[in-house]
Amino acid sequence: MAKMMIPLGPQHPALEEPESFSLLLDGERIAAATVALGYNHRGMEKACESRTYIQDIYLLERICGICSHSHSSSYVQAVEAIAGIEIPKRAAYLRTLIGELERVHSHLLWLGIAGHEIGFQTLFMFVWRDRELVMDLLERLTGNRVNYGMNTIGGVRRDIDSTQTEEVLKALDILEARTSYYIKVCTEEQSIIGRLAGVGKLPREDALRLGAVGPVLRASGVRRDMRKDDPYDAYSELDFNVITDDHADVLGRTVVRVFEIMESYKICRQVVRNMPDGPIAVKVPAKIPTGEAFSRYEAPRGEDIHYVRSNGTDRPERVKVRAPTLANLASITNMIEGGYLADVPIVIAAIDPCFSCTDRMIRVQDSRSGREDRYDWAGLRQYSIDWYKKRGVDLSQTKAAWKD
Amino acid sequence: MEQANAIVARLEERFPALVGGANIANERRIFWSVPLTSLMDILRYCNDELSFTQLCTITGLDNGEMFEFLYHISRDDGIVLTLKVKTPRDGGVVPSVVPIYNGAIFYELELEGLLGVEVEGLPDDRQYPLPDNWPKGQYPLRKDWKPNAETPPLPNP
Repeated sequence: MAKMMIPLGPQHPALEEPESFSLLLDGERIAAATVALGYNHRGMEKACESRTYIQDIYLLERICGICSHSHSSSYVQAVEAIAGIEIPKRAAYLRTLIGELERVHSHLLWLGIAGHEIGFQTLFMFVWRDRELVMDLLERLTGNRVNYGMNTIGGVRRDIDSTQTEEVLKALDILEARTSYYIKVCTEEQSIIGRLAGVGKLPREDALRLGAVGPVLRASGVRRDMRKDDPYDAYSELDFNVITDDHADVLGRTVVRVFEIMESYKICRQVVRNMPDGPIAVKVPAKIPTGEAFSRYEAPRGEDIHYVRSNGTDRPERVKVRAPTLANLASITNMIEGGYLADVPIVIAAIDPCFSCTDRMIRVQDSRSGREDRYDWAGLRQYSIDWYKKRGVDLSQTKAAWKD
Repeated sequence: MEQANAIVARLEERFPALVGGANIANERRIFWSVPLTSLMDILRYCNDELSFTQLCTITGLDNGEMFEFLYHISRDDGIVLTLKVKTPRDGGVVPSVVPIYNGAIFYELELEGLLGVEVEGLPDDRQYPLPDNWPKGQYPLRKDWKPNAETPPLPNP
């Protein structure tokens, strides 16, 4: 059969964000693949040069709706290094706490997407329901579900009190129990193992050669994590493990992420327990002295890099960003080539490319009457019970997995 | 600081022309301006002998007089060495580092697309990250390029 070239993207139901793949098919196998990017280019690096250092925090935080704290942290770290500022210890602990909660929400989001991509919708629904706990927690601590606005140059903008600390610990207990269950699902459930093992192979040598980062690299057996190798914030004082796996495939990437969530809970507990007292920020002049700095941050998707050069004014001369997905895209064609066409969506999803999620409530509008309804969790549950009851299925005695 | 000093000493021993140019910002950050002609030799030596096996990224910038290119390479112990080279703003050419760091393709395409420098030997001609129908000769990261609100939106390619 003749080889055939098919496009995947830039707009495609299997992709969560615009990127374009050209796949050369030999039957149902991928013989060759190329990727084209840039559909989301917003000119942010240029825009940074005409804004002040403070304005840039908010701009850069919006690079990504998921690892927003990662981008703003990496940027303020660079500016603080140029200005020679050491942030208060309490600020470092608070940044760490938000950073780890962000990792939890990001990895849970990913696990749901992975379930969706392989047709395991139950996993998707369960995980995303539980993820709401950490989203609510982030909202309680920072005022926002995403784009937390926590960082400023010289520290953080909000403190947390003992009530919030209690809430964090309470939510962590529930999340930990749920995550233990997902670990069981991802390591023992035969349909997951059968679907993911051997798919999207990236051998250790290729991962290193092509500069892969984050969970993708660690799932190929490389122990590299900026929180250990190039520690920032409070990480040098905390006890946690770097999770690696030798599967070097999508199953390995799944296993690494679910176990990393457990490490994040461990870190959050230590942070809350050992949180030092004191100020949460130091005052920094608007003008930053001439200099340059290179900063790294272990975002949920891997190493997030910011380089900043200053020129003595209140605006940077140059801000350069390298998000982790760009580093991982160099190896994506390797993972796809030789595999099946049907595996392409989950292989792409397995590097966890970024996309925005800001919707927060369910609002239903009746198209005939125009009446609007909002559902809370209990109301939504009741609605589904009633819906099934009308169709002859009684679920009213089913126990809810957790309550508000 | 010991590790950083040791790295600087070894590089100065191997490349005597570089002596005195290193700036050790802190124990894990070294910045070094090097001549463009010896860039590839230094990168190869750092990769083969000094364990700088990871290319973090390449930063291209326009300082108003020259283009600067910063090659950020790192090791497993967290040390990042930034090698800086300069080219003229008109007709500047830098060598492709893809033979040493295979994952560098997108970083180099970005230099070509946003600054308009030629990357010699880059085995790829994709347009990145600007759209395919972006006007020729417009390079947004150059300091003299200003966004123009008057410009009509680009038609679909």
